[in-house]
Amino acid sequence: MSIPFTLNGTPITWDGSATDRLLDVLRAEFTCTGVKCGCNEGECGACSVILDGQLVNSCMVAMGRVWDSEITTIEGFRETEAFQILDRTFAETGAVQCGFCTPGMIIAAACLLQRNPSPTAAEIREALSGNLCRCTGYNAIISAVDRAAKEGCRP
Amino acid sequence: MDSISKSVVKLDHGPKVRGEALYAPDHPMEGVLHGKLLRSDRAYARLLSVQVPELPEGYVFADWRDVPGENVVLLILEDTPVFATDTVEFLGDPIGIVAGPNEAVVDQILSKIQVEYEDLPPVLDPETSETIFFDYSHQQGDVDQAFAQADRIYEETFRTGYQEHGYLETNGLTAIPSDGKLTVHGSIQCPYYVHKALKKALGVEHEAVQVIQDVTGGGFGGKEDYPSILACQVAVAALKAGRPVRTIYSRREDMAYTSKRHPSRSRYKVAVKDGRVTAMDIDILYNAGAYTTMSMVVLQRGVICANGVYHIPNLRVRGRSAKTNTVPNGAFRGFGAPQTFFSAEMIMAHIATDLGIDPLTFKEAHVARHGDPTSTGGKYHFPVPLLEMSEKLTREVDYWNKRKEYDTQSGRYRRGIGFSFSFHGAGFTGSGERDIIKAVAALQKYPDGKVEILTAGTEMGQGLLTTFAKIVAKELHLPLNQIIIALPDTDRVPDSGPTVASRSVMVVGELLRRAAARLKAEWVDGEAQRFEEKFQEPDFVIPFNIETFQGDAYPTYSWGAHCVELEIDTFTGEHKVLGAWGCYDVGTPIDMTVIVGQMEGGLLQGIGYSHMEQMVCDRRGCIRSNSYSDYTMPTSADVPNMGVMIHVEEYPEGPYGAKGAGELPIVGIPGAYISALEQALGADVHHIPFSMEDTLSKWTEVQTL
Ligand code: FES
Ligand code: FES
Repeated sequence: MSIPFTLNGTPITWDGSATDRLLDVLRAEFTCTGVKCGCNEGECGACSVILDGQLVNSCMVAMGRVWDSEITTIEGFRETEAFQILDRTFAETGAVQCGFCTPGMIIAAACLLQRNPSPTAAEIREALSGNLCRCTGYNAIISAVDRAAKEGCRP
Repeated sequence: MDSISKSVVKLDHGPKVRGEALYAPDHPMEGVLHGKLLRSDRAYARLLSVQVPELPEGYVFADWRDVPGENVVLLILEDTPVFATDTVEFLGDPIGIVAGPNEAVVDQILSKIQVEYEDLPPVLDPETSETIFFDYSHQQGDVDQAFAQADRIYEETFRTGYQEHGYLETNGLTAIPSDGKLTVHGSIQCPYYVHKALKKALGVEHEAVQVIQDVTGGGFGGKEDYPSILACQVAVAALKAGRPVRTIYSRREDMAYTSKRHPSRSRYKVAVKDGRVTAMDIDILYNAGAYTTMSMVVLQRGVICANGVYHIPNLRVRGRSAKTNTVPNGAFRGFGAPQTFFSAEMIMAHIATDLGIDPLTFKEAHVARHGDPTSTGGKYHFPVPLLEMSEKLTREVDYWNKRKEYDTQSGRYRRGIGFSFSFHGAGFTGSGERDIIKAVAALQKYPDGKVEILTAGTEMGQGLLTTFAKIVAKELHLPLNQIIIALPDTDRVPDSGPTVASRSVMVVGELLRRAAARLKAEWVDGEAQRFEEKFQEPDFVIPFNIETFQGDAYPTYSWGAHCVELEIDTFTGEHKVLGAWGCYDVGTPIDMTVIVGQMEGGLLQGIGYSHMEQMVCDRRGCIRSNSYSDYTMPTSADVPNMGVMIHVEEYPEGPYGAKGAGELPIVGIPGAYISALEQALGADVHHIPFSMEDTLSKWTEVQTL
């Protein structure tokens, strides 16, 4: 099956099975290894990508579903101005420890700030609650997103 | 010059936040075979035969017959096999490994392999186990006399459950054979542990093995012993195939078959006279699982910590570690201490309540002071700041008012606030640093003036690359960008010991600081220079004797005070954490952000351990909670209000006064959590994790009394 979609701004036609998982395809065929696999069951958010403006766990998305859609991964998002701000605030608060959850967190934060440019701390916690982090205890991540919002991060 | 505690951007921040850092599964797969393990589906059985179907071209199956050296994974002892031979000892025990180019085909082959077993009766309960792997005792004072003279005697039993590390990146490794050499790279906490294990299993010399750490997605002890086992298996497959083989565990495989925190049972008998605890007689049992792995040293720490932070003049502790036919338990942040600290904190609280004294007041009256003897007849050589810390913390969180307010409540929602103390003895237990580890660290200065740090220290998220570089930069008065530090490669770095026991900054960091001081004194522009430092036990240490369990088990201690405030819904049993706070003394923080991050992360893991992280092992010996949906770890929404305070008692033997940090927060938090819960429930609690269901049934029990 030939599936057309846009990956990080580049139009693609991908040949393969509609039941393949987006996560596997991104990692194996497009070297998007910033998209991590933490569970493969939709429970951890490490594989977060943006699909037509929505935050999705790419391990739970079949390739058939991406037909004609736009996908942004950390590899695309890191080229944006909004990323620069999140990069800086994550650095300032020490929000990155082992870093395995980080690309997913950044993507989840971007989705949040896209639809809600000035979230409360509780809204940030809620929006990131699908992304597990075992290292930080989350405080640093929440303040990084809060700071980014206050500094005008508009993905 | 800035204080060393002033935070900098972590050295590994950029590649991680950009998604460019390469973790074990991220390296290109070209030419690499997928390796997957064939596992026992019985807890205990004789292995009669293994029928492997004819394999397609390019696929291999390897088992114990293919192990070129000894079929042994050298951990501390040598009872863990690379692959099972005559028997399987737990459900999941590796029997063989299949490797090949296509993952789906590897799975098909695995499903077609026929294993014939003869079932044997498994032992699942450590209480009924006849195999005691380790049995330690130590004693101070005259315990029997203290009991004979006691006004009251209390006896209680406490239990703690499994805890899963839950690192976001599962275990994973690649083994690459090339002429005369085998290289393993992957998610590794202790490269030289893996190196030693490989040498033995492959039967080769030092130079024939190279171990390199990949960027690692969390460890917490879970990648301390386990990668040695996996590395031997993957290496055997790679040698048989003559090709690189990579094994990346699925989450379910990682949760079900890799090490966890030891479940425990602790029985406390306590003598009280004139309102003071005069003696404790403690019996501890840890469930080791099927092989000894790290259980020996985990138990040592557990028995040493059995009296918590309290000075108990007459103390008798016996600890045993029993074999069961379950997944081997191993290292996990805190390393045997969280189990006994929980029990010690709760028995102290329960006695206080029975005597009509506030638990914190009672605890404060018993904490050890500077100069007091330790549980093993060593000495607290340095200030013990617990009273100052509890003063700070109780003021900050308004403990006393809340404690009083929550003593009288009614209605559906009930609140409680609890307090606990803890310490963490940094470094290897006993004489381990001196006799076993013998750490070596080196600095290599290049002609251009850049200085490279050479240690086996691994970065797992705890900030070690950054803290090591800061120590060396400061001592040399160089900017941080003149310091080079990479993830360890055993071909390049000396053995500075494993990255465990909160020892890295305190022990290895100090070796680096000393090497830097020598380099600075002897610096010659334009030349390459190399300086090495070897561990030396500080003079003040009372040598520890492992036979008698006497002496300084640790040179110094980091200290913790915790407070948890929570609310329970008595209709549903739900817990809502209103606040969780810790005050920590880890000596001089080498980087404030790093330290606060470590404390917050550990605090939240401790809250998970206290309540929501339930891991169930069924009657077949099978870990049922093997996914993130069955094993619930805290999310960002669970504990919105978490705070950390830092108290500094400088340690003269640590770099710039630093002590160990990483494990401290998780050691003490369950005591505070459960104390808060007890106040809300109006009843004593004797186990963790204490689930919603436990809460509801306890509440019902209390109401019907
Ligand atoms: S890998 Fe997709 S949610 Fe965990
Ligand atoms: S930084 Fe390690 S999981 Fe979040």
